[in-house]
Amino acid sequence: MAEPGPGPEPGWRFVSRPARVREDRRFVTGHGRFVADLTPPGTLHVALVASVHAHARIAGIDPGAALALDGVVAVVTGAQLAEDTEPMRQYVDAPGVAWRPLALETARYAGEWVAAVVATSRAVAEDGAELVEVDYQPLPVILDPERAQDPGAPLVHPAHGSNVVVHREFVWGDVDGDFATADGTARLRVRWQRSATVPLETFGVVASWDPDGGLLEVWASVQMPQFPDQLAHCLRLATNRVRVHFDVDVGGSYGTKRGIKHGVLAGYLARLLGAPVKLVEDRAEHMHGGDFHGPDRRFDVELAYQRDGTITALRLAALDDQGAYPSRSVLQLAKPVGSIVGPYRIRSVAYRATGVLTNKPGQVAVRGFGQAPTNYAIESAVDAVAAALGMDRLELRRRNLIRAEQFPYRIPSGTTYDSGDYHTVLDQLEAAGLAALTERRDQLRAQGLLAGIGVATCLEPSGGNATFEQLLHPGNDKTTFPEGCRLRVDADGQVIAVIALSSAGQAHESLVATLVGEELGRDPADVMVVRADSLSGLPSQSPVGSRMAIMLGAGVRGAADALKRKLLAVAAHNLGVGTDGLAYDRGDVLVRADPARRLSLQELALIAHRHAHRMPPGMEPGLEALHVAQVPGGGTLAAVDGSVAMYPCFAFEAHLALVSIDPGTGQVAIPEYYVAHDCGTMINPQVVRGMVLGGIAHGIGVALYERFAFDEHGQPLTRSFMDYLLPSIYEVPHLRDLEHHTPSPLTSHGQKGSGEAGYMGAPAAVASAVNDALAAGGAAPVQALPIGPADVWAALRAARRPASGGPQ
Amino acid sequence: MTVGTVHDIRVVVNGTPRAVRAAARTSLADLLREQLDLTGTRLGCEHGVCGCCTVLLDGEPVRSCIVLAAQADGHRVTTVEGLAGPDGSLSVVQEAFCDTHALQCGYCTPGMLLAAHALLERTHTPSSGEIEEALGGNLCRCTGYVQIREAVALAARRLAASDAQASDAPASDGQAGRHG
Repeated sequence: MAEPGPGPEPGWRFVSRPARVREDRRFVTGHGRFVADLTPPGTLHVALVASVHAHARIAGIDPGAALALDGVVAVVTGAQLAEDTEPMRQYVDAPGVAWRPLALETARYAGEWVAAVVATSRAVAEDGAELVEVDYQPLPVILDPERAQDPGAPLVHPAHGSNVVVHREFVWGDVDGDFATADGTARLRVRWQRSATVPLETFGVVASWDPDGGLLEVWASVQMPQFPDQLAHCLRLATNRVRVHFDVDVGGSYGTKRGIKHGVLAGYLARLLGAPVKLVEDRAEHMHGGDFHGPDRRFDVELAYQRDGTITALRLAALDDQGAYPSRSVLQLAKPVGSIVGPYRIRSVAYRATGVLTNKPGQVAVRGFGQAPTNYAIESAVDAVAAALGMDRLELRRRNLIRAEQFPYRIPSGTTYDSGDYHTVLDQLEAAGLAALTERRDQLRAQGLLAGIGVATCLEPSGGNATFEQLLHPGNDKTTFPEGCRLRVDADGQVIAVIALSSAGQAHESLVATLVGEELGRDPADVMVVRADSLSGLPSQSPVGSRMAIMLGAGVRGAADALKRKLLAVAAHNLGVGTDGLAYDRGDVLVRADPARRLSLQELALIAHRHAHRMPPGMEPGLEALHVAQVPGGGTLAAVDGSVAMYPCFAFEAHLALVSIDPGTGQVAIPEYYVAHDCGTMINPQVVRGMVLGGIAHGIGVALYERFAFDEHGQPLTRSFMDYLLPSIYEVPHLRDLEHHTPSPLTSHGQKGSGEAGYMGAPAAVASAVNDALAAGGAAPVQALPIGPADVWAALRAARRPASGGPQ
Repeated sequence: MTVGTVHDIRVVVNGTPRAVRAAARTSLADLLREQLDLTGTRLGCEHGVCGCCTVLLDGEPVRSCIVLAAQADGHRVTTVEGLAGPDGSLSVVQEAFCDTHALQCGYCTPGMLLAAHALLERTHTPSSGEIEEALGGNLCRCTGYVQIREAVALAARRLAASDAQASDAPASDGQAGRHG
C-alpha cells in the first residue's frame, strides 16, 4: 500500500477515507457493459476495407464480388458517404484539409479506410471486405516531417498548399537577454517517437436510427468533449436529433477514445439501411486505421543557467509529425504552454510549435495532451545542465523548484499555479528511496551489469479548460468548459445523483457518491449515481484534462448547497422558526435552540413532493438541484503575446527509477521504482493510487518499448501486439508510492487531478536512469524514446571506439 | 466463399451442459459471447497475446480467441460468470480484486481473475515469481499491475488462512472458492 500521508481533514466522514470502489463489483463479475456487448435485434455489422498504400489515388472501387456474398447488405465508398456528410472538424485554420471517415479520392496513409462493408455478421463483413476490389494509383510518399517542409515535397493535402498545418512562435520575457548573460547553455535535441495509449478495448459504436421520432441513438466507447454535437453536424442533423448514451463502460481510453469518424460512419449507415449498425474495430484497425496515434515529436531545447545552477531561460521548439489528419490533436502543441516551465522558476521562455502533415495515421489526444513529451524534453535538458555543472540532479532541481511560499505562482506564459510543496515531496522521495536504490545500483554494478538511477519531476495540470485552443487558432474562442451535476431527492428521501458522461475506469460513480455523501451527510452507499444521455442530461465535457474530481466536486457542492437551502426553507415554514434558527444535520433540519425539534430528510422530501399545503407559498414543488460548474480561474481570452490563464490546479510528482542494463544485449530492466505524488486531497485514495501507478506503467512502455514503426514506403510494421509491445507484469516492478497532501485553494475539498501524473514523469525518469547507467559505462546519453536494446547497444559500442569520430 | 463445416458441440460451461452448433471457424470466444450470451469474456487483440479472453478449459487457462469452439467439444469451460456463487457471493479472488482495487476499466479483469483463479487452484502459497508467471500472459493497461499483484497475494493469504483453520476438520477440496 502507499505510505500513509496526512489523514483526511478533521470532520470529513467519507472524503479521503479508504473505501471500496462501487464500480469494481460489476467488473469482477463480468457484468460490465461494453459496446461490444450491445447487439440490438437486427443489428448489422461493419468491416472496413483499408488502403494498402501510404499514398494513392483511388481510381475505382468494385464492390461486385462482395455484394454477391450471402449476408453482405451494402458496400459504401468514400464518395457515397461524402454526398450526405460533412468533413470532421479541424481545430486549426487548415483550408484544404478535409478529414472524412472513408477516404475520398485519395488515401493518405496505409490503413486508411476506403470502403465499409455491412453484413449480417462481423465474420461475413470481413469476408466481404476481402472481396472488394480497389484500383489504386500510387502517389509519392512523404514520411519525414522535416523533409515535408521542403519546397517540392509531396503534399499530403495538395489543396492546402503546404504540409505545414500550424506554426506559431511565442516569447515571454527577455529570453535573448537571459541567454546572453548566462554562465552556460545546455542544448539538445530529443525525440519522442510515435506511440499511443492503446487501450485493450478497441473503439466501438452502435448506432440506430428511429425514423418515427427522427432520432439517432448512439452507444459508443467514447471519451470526447462535444462528441454528440460534432456527430450531428457531420451527419447534417440538428443537434437535438442525436442521443448519445453514456451508460456504456469504456474499456480504457487515456484520452484516445474519440471515435468521431467511427460514429459518423455508423450513424450514416444506420440511417441508410434502417437497421442498427455496429462497428467494433479489430486490433489492426485500431492500431493503424482509427486515427488513434499520439504525439510524434522532435524537440530542440536549450536552457540558460548560472554557475550556481539557477536556470534562467528556456528555448523550446517542438516539431510534431501530425500524420495525415490533424483535427484536435494538433492542439497538443498548445496545452503545454500552460505549464511550459514545469515546476521550475524559469523567468523567460521562447516556444516554437510546428505541426506537419505526413503519410501516417492521424493523431488523437493522448494522456496529458502533449505534456508528457514536453516534460521529457525539459527534464532531459535539466539533466544535461546537471551533467555540465557536475551537480547532483536532485540538488539542481531543488535549486530551481518553485518554493512553497511562492504560491500562487504566475509563470511567464500567463498561467498561475495554485499550490504546491515541491521541496517537501522531493525530500520525502529521497528519504524513502535514494539510499536503497543507490545500494542496489552498486550491487548490480558489482555483478557486472550497468546500472543507473533516474530522476524526474513533473506537473499534472488539472481542471481542464479549453483556453489553449485559441493559441493555435483565434477562431477557437472557448473560455469555458462547464460540467454539471444534478442531485435529486425523491419523495421517500432517497438521493440520486445524475451525471452525463461515460467513464473509462476513473470510478466516477464512486467519486460522485463520496462527494454527495460528504456534502449531504448521507452514507455514500445509499446514494444512487446514474448517467443521463446527451439529450436528457446536462452540460458535460467528458473526463478530459484531469478535470472530473475538480469539476464534479464543484458541481456536487453547488447542487448540494441549493438542496440544503430548500430543505431549510421548507423546514422553517413547517417548524415556525426562521432559517437562521435552524441547522442542517445529515439530511435532517433541526432547531438550534431545541435540537429535539427536527424534521427528517424523508419528512421534508414528502412535503416537497406531495404536500403543497405544507410548502412555503410560491415555492416550486419537488426537491432537486442542478449546478453547472465553471472551471476555476480562466474565463478570458489570450493576450497578444499568447499568454493566457489555463488550467487552475497543478499536482506535483517526483520519480526515482533504478535501471539495470545487460551490457551484452542492451536489455534494460527496472528492478525498483519510487514515486512521491501530491494531488491535494484524494477523494478515494485507492483510485488515485491506481491512476498514478498505471500512469507510470504506461510511461515505462513509452520509455522502453512502444513505438509505431513504418518502413520506407509508409507501411506499418507494428500492426499487432506481437510487434507493438505493451508492458506486461514482468516489465513493471513493484512500484513504491508515497503521497503528500497540499490542498488546492480553488476546489471543493482541496483536490487536484490525478490521472496523468504517472505518465508525465515516468518516461523522463526511466530515460534519466538509462542515461545515468550509460554515463557510468562511458557512453553518451540516448535522447530518443523508446530506448530499445539496439539503441543501448549502439551507444555502448560507440563509447568503445576512439573519441575522434565514429558514428554515434 | 465458404465458411467450412458446421459442428455440433457439447460443452459444459460453468457447470451447465450446453449443446450448440457452430461453424468450424467460430472461436470459443465468439461461441461464448454470441451464442451463449456470456459477454464477460472480452476480446482485446484476437491474436492470443493480451489475455483478455482467458477462460479455463478443463481448469487450465486458454485464450478463447485462438481456441476453436469445436475444440471445446467434450470439455469443461469456466468463464468469469462461473466464479461467483449462484447467490451472487463473490469468490475469494473476486473479493480480493475489489479490496485492493485491482482494476480500473475492467476490460482485462475477467482474464486476470481466471488466470489468478487457476494459480490458486494449484497453490495457496504462491511466490511473487509464481504470481508473475501466472499473470505474465495477461496485459493490463490501467493499473500497472501493482494492485493486481496485491490482490492475488491477498487472496492467497486468505485461502491459506482458511486452510489453517480447516486443518483440524476434514479437508475441503482446496478450491479457490467463495466466501461463505
